[in-house]
Amino acid sequence: MSIDIATAAKVAKLARIRVEEDQLPKLAEQLSGILGFMEQLNEVNVDGIEPMVSVTPMRLVRRKDAVTDGNIQAQVLKNAPDAREGFFAVPKVVE
Amino acid sequence: MLDLTYEAPKPKVIAGAKHDWELVIGMEIHAQVASQSKLFSGASTQVGSEPNSNVAFVDAAMPGMLPVINEFCVAQAVRSGLGLKAAINLRSAFDRKNYFYPDLPQGYQISQLYHPIVGEGEVLVEMGPGIARKVRIERIHLEQDAGKSIHDMDPAMSFVDFNRTGVALMEIVSRPDIRGPEEAAAYVAKLRQILRYLGTCDGNMQNGNLRADVNVSICRPGQYEKYQATQDFSHLGTRCEIKNMNSLRFIQQAIEYEARRQIAIVEDGGKVDQETRLYDPDKGETRSMRSKEEAHDYRYFPCPDLLPLEIEQAWVDEIAASMPELPDAKKARFMGDFGLTDYDANVLTAEVANAAFFEEVAQGRDGKQAANWVINELFGRLNKEGLSIAETPVSSAQLGGVIDLIAKGEISGKMAKDLFEILWTEGGEPSEQAAKHGMKQVTDLGAIEAALDALMAANPDQVEKARANARLAGWFTGQVLKATGGKANPAVVGQMVNQKLGL
Repeated sequence: MSIDIATAAKVAKLARIRVEEDQLPKLAEQLSGILGFMEQLNEVNVDGIEPMVSVTPMRLVRRKDAVTDGNIQAQVLKNAPDAREGFFAVPKVVE
Repeated sequence: MLDLTYEAPKPKVIAGAKHDWELVIGMEIHAQVASQSKLFSGASTQVGSEPNSNVAFVDAAMPGMLPVINEFCVAQAVRSGLGLKAAINLRSAFDRKNYFYPDLPQGYQISQLYHPIVGEGEVLVEMGPGIARKVRIERIHLEQDAGKSIHDMDPAMSFVDFNRTGVALMEIVSRPDIRGPEEAAAYVAKLRQILRYLGTCDGNMQNGNLRADVNVSICRPGQYEKYQATQDFSHLGTRCEIKNMNSLRFIQQAIEYEARRQIAIVEDGGKVDQETRLYDPDKGETRSMRSKEEAHDYRYFPCPDLLPLEIEQAWVDEIAASMPELPDAKKARFMGDFGLTDYDANVLTAEVANAAFFEEVAQGRDGKQAANWVINELFGRLNKEGLSIAETPVSSAQLGGVIDLIAKGEISGKMAKDLFEILWTEGGEPSEQAAKHGMKQVTDLGAIEAALDALMAANPDQVEKARANARLAGWFTGQVLKATGGKANPAVVGQMVNQKLGL
């Protein structure tokens, strides 16, 4: 599968990464290269093999329903570019 | 148990300018799991807390934080599935649904697209006595809720609160089996009732703990039957999704508006665009949410932070064993065991607490009479005062006591209403209060006989007349009741009058 310039532009937009127009061809080529490399995996026959999701035979860890975290408003907001009255303040987004 | 069989309701037909049209509706209900902490973090789910105080680093999507699943939330999804007679998937898995929005710090929502925890089920939605729509459930999956944006605190900024971020939701997806606005509202109400019976979601729609996305399309009569026969969606019209509805009334209004909008487009030779829309209750119309459109490329992939969720059949069986009696079964039992009407049974089973109260009152008494008292007197009064059943000043034992006094003939129906009023305001034990307020009917036959004898002795001409014409005997009954201040039982007095006059 190869990534064309339009697809590269779309992926950049979905990821909210600004890419200048003249950078797109190079980016598309690099992404195509990565996918092409991964496509080697298609050469392996995996018929009848159950997909493996973990290398260790582990069960998903569960926790009890108890409040054990939170009340760290100051720490949560610490890295925010703008915070007011306990809220994150962001440029207006409204439907 | 009483076997209730139902007939399907007629679909709603809307007359367009050119043809008749029918509606096809499917719904996605988001029900917040009634848990203490979030789906993947130990932060509280408490409503009304300080902004961003119910937030752990996991919820704020700080780098390196890993989600750990809340077992209680999994159990509630299973319980809800069992309540909808659905298949439980012992193996499910979590996926990432990617999109950018300020109230979603991770940049993705953890959801279950490919392998949901609950499979196909069904809900019976009653539309009247003996009429019900069977709505098929396609799936229920667990997912994270998003945060909340506030737009009116600053002219240039939106304020974001992550308290709700990561709270567990059950998304309950129906098949497009709903055929009108009223059915849609009734479906939501029925789901809400079942979830409240199960205790898996509190159903508070005002707080957004239960909200619906409504998919609406229109088709010509006959097309829907073709879809049902083949399950081929090409027989149906293009659907629009109305997002985030949290009022039964608005759901109906939005569907009605949306159907007419689509009919106007199609009859005008146009095409309905598949899109996401918002209902504006002030204007009474739906409008396109354009910003959501380009974000629709969600690029789902399995969440690498979470192993598949594997549960054991024994655990599911344990949950199944703890299921309460559900609304349909309770209603059928009330109709069968207590001889209640369809209407009364619906009213009494609407909330599980109401049903329990009624059963306490009805225990060992006449079911219909208990239903009348609970519905007309108690619920009527509670509604008037804006109180819930939990706040009732008259307990089930007290109300039962009132009914016992009527059954024993000690007080009349009229007195019972006065006694109810006294119990409501003063409390107390019913028979003691009745005695204290001089309410007891005179059942002492000696007292009635003495009054009657005196009356007959004083009015020999009336005795003669009554003996000649039985219809005049009522005069004696009336006079005795008067003499005893209305406290004598009219039936008892009448009987004695007839006996004494030899009628």
